[in-house]
Amino acid sequence: MSSVAVSIHESYREKLRNNRLGLWLFFVSEAFMFGGLLAARFYLWREDGVVVRPALDQQLGLIVTSVLLLSSYFMNRAETAIAHDDRENFLSGLLITAFLGLVFLAGVVIFEWGGHIKPWDGVFGAVLFGMTGMHALHVLSGVIFILIIWWNGRKGHFSADRHWGVEACAIYWHYVDLVWIFFYPALYLIGRVVH
Amino acid sequence: MSLFSLPAVKGLIAQILGTIAGMALTTVIRALMGLPAWKAEPAWVVGALLGGVAFLFAVGAFDDWLQWMVGKETPLRHGPPPDRPAWTRYFSVDYNHKVIGIQYTVWGLFLLMAGGTFALAFRTELLRSGMQFLGLELFNNFIGLHGIVMIGGILLGVGGMANYLVPLMLGAEDMAFPRLNALGFWFNVPGALLILSSLLVGGWDAGWTGYPPLSARGPIGYQLFFLGVYFIGLSSIVGAVNLLVTILHMRPKGMSLFRMPIFVWGVFATSLIQLTATQLIGLSFLMVLVERTLGMGFFDPGLAGPGKALLEGGGDPILFQHLFWFYSHPAVYIFILPGLAVIGELLPVFARKPLFGYKWVALSSLAIALVGFLVWAHHMFVSGMNPGLRVPFMFATLLVAVPTGVKFFSWVGTIWGGKLHFPTPMLFVLGAISVFLIGGLTGPILGTVPTNMPLHDSYFVVGHFHATMFGGFVFPFFAALYFWYPKVTGRMYNETLGKIHFWLMTPAFWAQTLGQMTVGVMGMRRRIADYDPALGNGMIQAGHVVITIAGFAIAFGVLLMIYNFIRSAEVGKVAGSNPWRSRSPEWQIPSPVPEHSFAAPVTVVGEPYDYGLAGSTYVRMAAAGDD
Ligand code: HEM
Ligand SMILES: [Cu+2]
Repeated sequence: MSSVAVSIHESYREKLRNNRLGLWLFFVSEAFMFGGLLAARFYLWREDGVVVRPALDQQLGLIVTSVLLLSSYFMNRAETAIAHDDRENFLSGLLITAFLGLVFLAGVVIFEWGGHIKPWDGVFGAVLFGMTGMHALHVLSGVIFILIIWWNGRKGHFSADRHWGVEACAIYWHYVDLVWIFFYPALYLIGRVVH
Repeated sequence: MSLFSLPAVKGLIAQILGTIAGMALTTVIRALMGLPAWKAEPAWVVGALLGGVAFLFAVGAFDDWLQWMVGKETPLRHGPPPDRPAWTRYFSVDYNHKVIGIQYTVWGLFLLMAGGTFALAFRTELLRSGMQFLGLELFNNFIGLHGIVMIGGILLGVGGMANYLVPLMLGAEDMAFPRLNALGFWFNVPGALLILSSLLVGGWDAGWTGYPPLSARGPIGYQLFFLGVYFIGLSSIVGAVNLLVTILHMRPKGMSLFRMPIFVWGVFATSLIQLTATQLIGLSFLMVLVERTLGMGFFDPGLAGPGKALLEGGGDPILFQHLFWFYSHPAVYIFILPGLAVIGELLPVFARKPLFGYKWVALSSLAIALVGFLVWAHHMFVSGMNPGLRVPFMFATLLVAVPTGVKFFSWVGTIWGGKLHFPTPMLFVLGAISVFLIGGLTGPILGTVPTNMPLHDSYFVVGHFHATMFGGFVFPFFAALYFWYPKVTGRMYNETLGKIHFWLMTPAFWAQTLGQMTVGVMGMRRRIADYDPALGNGMIQAGHVVITIAGFAIAFGVLLMIYNFIRSAEVGKVAGSNPWRSRSPEWQIPSPVPEHSFAAPVTVVGEPYDYGLAGSTYVRMAAAGDD
């Protein structure tokens, strides 16, 4: 093979290096979008200069948050498993993560959105639905990502030293989780409760 | 070969069908929910979104990834399509960065000409006071379309230069993510089409800034404008990821950061802004979009009736301005950093002298990018925002003058005592410096609170930013087109036509921008279709006549350039590999650049700009075969 051909078919390792940096840059970019939503929340949820928040179902908030945090543990377990060629725990970890992700989504979409605040209810509704909606969209895409990885994993793809797809999926899932760690207190905990 | 087998045409058809399908889907869902089935606005939103996505699928931008999803690996496609004529690769998803660079550039030039046409229309209307032929509605639509279509064109021009040049200048085989690169370009086609087609559904009349409450209440055209900008924003973001990874990871041996061509530094700084700030214009427009579609009251203070403020009251339009300018001020640096870097790139070639203060110039691009994030509220001095923010933002704004000044010193220092040559690209570089100086000097006048207050929203601002955008982007972009034309086509453009273009455009532009500032000081408001002919002691109309004539002269110059490029591609004399005697890697390989640019790995052994230093070398290419 000529040297050109070698440089075109870069080694897996080189591609991995590029992919990792690319993914992290994408997260930096997304952080600005989520940051903008947080800025909007603290800008709009104020009364006489004091930070306020609506009365939300605290139990629900705690449950969905715990479920999401727990899912990150199983995601990590799946990734570690494939790094050790342990297919069984890899596949089960993915399924459990996806399931917990769906539970989180159900909690947000059915119960939180079914509560007394609607999108058209002033800045409370707008920000609540804006933030949870944007986050839920990311969770949903994460679940789809996990299921695609699971489906391919079941067919025998991925191995201990070639599983960038799994790694990307896992980091993405943790990232979406991390965003919620900022959103949860902003929506549920910080500020004086009004209405 | 039938026209319908062209991927771009397939994409167009899919966009139309996708739009119809989206509208039908919305109608069915509404009917199922027991709502009145047909409502135009949500139908258009869903339709436009699905249409844009359908374009991307049909053109083939997702083909490889869809394969990956089902576990198949696909090798990277190379070369022209096997079953179609070679030219069709420019209308297809092609993974070669040189093809993508040309796609960006040509689509960008098209948008710049479309946007310019809107301007010529309303400039003609402004020749006399009173309304002649445009009507108030259409006038407002045209100023907004002119603004945003030009911005789209500029972003594409930046993308064109960056995609074509960065891998070549680094001595890299291609970009880090060729498939993402193609997707990044194709986002722009449905995006631009959405923006242009907004005219069909009532247009939008708030200018390119789309401020609510007006934008939260106006016609449906706004929605297509928002979605179109969103698509183009996605292109900016994925393009920036790609360029940053390429610059950080794809440099050959010896190419340390401070040995990169200065243009690469400009692109690096620009990409940092595009990566991050773009999210905020996307978010702010998305928020207005859902405010209109779902009644989510982010911005319009009067959306809901009076009552309990937080649950029923509306939002705050000032918040929109913060989010919007957090992108749109840094955006101006997205436009100019690559442009100013072109100036730094070409001056040493035509002065046969090292670039003065290379490291400082490189770092000044980063400094401008960073400080540029801290000045956005200088657009809002009179908006009603917290007045305590004015002075900090004023000082931050004036601080930008420091790194910008560094660049000016470098240019003067490079020209000083050089053996100057004046072919067309060099003329455009010098024109750029003269024009950017006008823009740069008027910036601080606007950035200072007391002088801003009477000038805000006047034609003075229009004059200011046209000077910065022409000096910082348009002139350097044209310089770059003339300079790299022989590299791209292998032939020389016609020098006489190039010089006529320059001597037509430069004085015309000075007249235009100084004319805009003058009528602004006379009292001409920005974005207003009519004016009192008594303003400026009756001189204001003369000012408008000058601006309009100058605008047509510039347009004629651009047409001349396009003619020159099309004609010279056939009859121009063969250029050879390095007509400008440049040291940059891309000039050490044949013109036009072969499919796989470098036949052998590149090694960097010296400094990039040591022009005139005997025996200095920048890059060395291993002879093919030895490795
Ligand atoms: C010396 C540095 C600069 C300073 C201090 C400066 C300052 C300002 C200020 C204060 C305004 C707001 C005027 C108003 O609406 O009241 C403004 C508007 C504008 N500037 Fe600059 N500017 C500078 C450089 C640039 C550059 C390099 C560009 C870009 C290419 C640029 C593009 C614009 C644009 C597009 C607007 C108008 C935005 C709009 O309202 O539509 N400026 N500038
Ligand atoms: Cu600004």
